[in-house]
Amino acid sequence: MLHIVNKSAAERSSLESCLRMATKGSAVLLIEDAVYAATNGNAAAAKIQAAAADLKIYALGPDLAARGMAGRVLDGVNVVDYGGFVDLVAEHSNCQSWL
Amino acid sequence: MSDMDDMDDGSGIVKKFMFLNRKAPHGTVYALEGLEVVLITAAFDQDVSMVFTDDGVFQLMKGIDTKGIEVKDFSKTYRALEGYDIEKLYVDQASMDARGLTEDDLIVDVTVLSVDEMANLMAEQDVVISF
Repeated sequence: MLHIVNKSAAERSSLESCLRMATKGSAVLLIEDAVYAATNGNAAAAKIQAAAADLKIYALGPDLAARGMAGRVLDGVNVVDYGGFVDLVAEHSNCQSWL
Repeated sequence: MSDMDDMDDGSGIVKKFMFLNRKAPHGTVYALEGLEVVLITAAFDQDVSMVFTDDGVFQLMKGIDTKGIEVKDFSKTYRALEGYDIEKLYVDQASMDARGLTEDDLIVDVTVLSVDEMANLMAEQDVVISF
């Protein structure tokens, strides 16, 4: 399963719910305002790093760059471009967008 | 209190306006729309403060590059506010801390306020408009 989250963890509970429900080995792709959670010093960073032990965490590069966050990505988070986004969708048998 | 002269046509009355920005840029249109309203307000010679709290502090990040998502980069506009006599920019210390940010990360000079200072600033406004 590929989980996609697009809302800031400071505003919505979607990231937290996603991390709670995602099963081991699943992928979580952070896009739009959700990418802040995967940056150094963010209050949600510890949750992302803890989750990275069991899940593959990705963040969309263009969304990081658009927010001035490209140089602040947490270790263990994989940055992908739009092509990588498509690959992730194709590689997984199903996906879930947490709105 | 306004006197009779002020009540005739309303000119000369200066109110304290606060624009409270709590949203990250790009994910929603609030940040851009808020900035547009602030620029309009500047034309009316009011006492304007811009406040950035919660994810709103992300609006002021240096190094924003929106080419990849093909939307307007309005971050440079915050630097132009000074030219419109909007010089009171405040950020919330706790919001900065929760995001690992310091003043050096921001594209404009700001005044960093504690929660008590922010609360007092809000309390003394005539109008607070939230984005």
